[in-house]
Amino acid sequence: MSYKDSYFHAVFWRQFKANPLAVAGGALVVILFAVSLLAPFIARHSPDTINAWHVLAPPSWEHWFGTDELGRDVFSRVVYGARISLKVGFVAVGIAVVIGTAVGLVSGYYNGLTDGALMRIVDIMLCFPAFFLILAVITFLEPSIWYIMLVIGLTGWMGVARLVRAETMSIREMDYIMASRCIGCSDGRIILRHILPNVLSPVLVSATLGVAGAILTESALSFLGIGVQPPTPSWGNILTSGKDYIEFAWWLSFFPGLSILVTVLAYNLLGEGIRDALDPKVEKR
Amino acid sequence: MEGYILKRLLMLVPLMIGITLVTFSVIHLAPGEPVEMQMAMNPKVGKEARERLKKFYGLDQPLHIQYLSWVGKIARLDFGRSLSSDGRPVIDRITERLPVTVSLNLIALVLEFGFAIPIGIMAAVHRDTWIDKGITVLVFIGFALPAFWVALLLMYFFGVKLNWLPVSGLHSLGSDSYSLPLYLWDMIKHLIMPVMVASFGSLAGLSRYMRSSMLNVIAQDYITTARAKGLPERVVIYKHALRNALLPLITLAGFSIPGLIGGSVIFETVYAIPGMGQLFYQGVMSRDYTLVMGILVIGATLTLVGNLLADISYAIADPRIRHGQ
Repeated sequence: MSYKDSYFHAVFWRQFKANPLAVAGGALVVILFAVSLLAPFIARHSPDTINAWHVLAPPSWEHWFGTDELGRDVFSRVVYGARISLKVGFVAVGIAVVIGTAVGLVSGYYNGLTDGALMRIVDIMLCFPAFFLILAVITFLEPSIWYIMLVIGLTGWMGVARLVRAETMSIREMDYIMASRCIGCSDGRIILRHILPNVLSPVLVSATLGVAGAILTESALSFLGIGVQPPTPSWGNILTSGKDYIEFAWWLSFFPGLSILVTVLAYNLLGEGIRDALDPKVEKR
Repeated sequence: MEGYILKRLLMLVPLMIGITLVTFSVIHLAPGEPVEMQMAMNPKVGKEARERLKKFYGLDQPLHIQYLSWVGKIARLDFGRSLSSDGRPVIDRITERLPVTVSLNLIALVLEFGFAIPIGIMAAVHRDTWIDKGITVLVFIGFALPAFWVALLLMYFFGVKLNWLPVSGLHSLGSDSYSLPLYLWDMIKHLIMPVMVASFGSLAGLSRYMRSSMLNVIAQDYITTARAKGLPERVVIYKHALRNALLPLITLAGFSIPGLIGGSVIFETVYAIPGMGQLFYQGVMSRDYTLVMGILVIGATLTLVGNLLADISYAIADPRIRHGQ
């Protein structure tokens, strides 16, 4: 089977390309990756250089996004902040996806008591306002970006678990699963080799949307002062000083917020685009 | 129907136990003991005093004993004393803050549904036209807007630039001496921005949901029948389709509670609203762990009750379930 005949090329890619919002989202995500990889070349100043003569200067040709209360270049800080957002987004979602997929597979494949117990845990976790839980745990730990990722991941797997469980339950009833059981495949092999590959596409969609959510959560935490600690720039903690100087320096609040908006928008558009392109039921527009 | 409600009520018991277990483990399994955290900031406290404090809070007991005695107290609505300097009972501190947060979120919830339903209907009825596409783009932007940024921008625009609205608290200084209408007007002015921030958060998702729910209903045979009878489109949509399209939104109202409560941390800290979100933030920052545990349990219980009410109202509203059992 040549590349051109593959399902990916024939259906998915054609559908995806036809959706301008999805393409825009995908392009933005690529640009964001490029920005965080090339941050030292894009930033025109060091993000940490303090300049007492240029405190809270409005946007200018020299400082595109103005300067902050210590005279640091806001554009450079926003560019470096992109690294934090991507890192948090991907690691946190990675953790959530691994836990959620594992719980969903086990729960959906072995129904009965195991399923009941695991789903009650999901119900219980969903009762807590996630943001409260994250705040509670994070403040009892030392502030560190790794803890933030871990905690966002540990409080965000329930949606994936429910999704994977539902998929697994319908796949389990299919003939080819019965066939593999007949030729003596173990449960582990059936789950990993025959079911897992088929649940990956919905997981991909919710992971993409999850990156957006994790970035929002991280920025909210950093905004409250318990996320990424200064002087490391993150979009959320730039906004914290933006709040203190809102009367004199709108640029300090405006640009980091806009970056969050654009990033989250990009991942949401990409995620929805993948969903639509994967869904055979969505008619062509 | 009664059987269904009874079953749901019985399910509350294991869920409540789970909630207390998660809350307890979150606080006690985190590295470092709660009292240690407090003492670490105060070098003057000696080892002896530390032991005495531990004993006072029962922290010298094994974990399972601590858990059982804590749950036993919670069952009697005794959440212990706050570790803050005033040492007031946690339940008092929560109940004085709870009404602010709950009423603010109820107003937000009503506004959300009030706007999301017509927006969703409009998008569904004009499917694939520029109206639908325009709404879709706006919804995506709404999804992506960070609440605290919106809060800051509103604060800058209406509070600082235009100076129309007060930027913090619930009342102006000296508002106690105002006449009643003036006092209320003052409070409404203080509430406008927080309510806007609280409600716009789920507005996007809700209207998207309403759109797809409406599209599902419109695709059904009975709507084709109604159209074939020659009913005007307005009657078809608002009389025949709307009622069924609204059903799934009942469940969604229950689901949106944790998000609303969690979101209150953001706008209550930005606008200095004395509600539960702000209290929780303060508790967390001062490592007041009895308070934090109390709010976690109460927050989760509110969600549980909200979901239960939503499911019961769904069962009452949907005749297929109402008469089914």
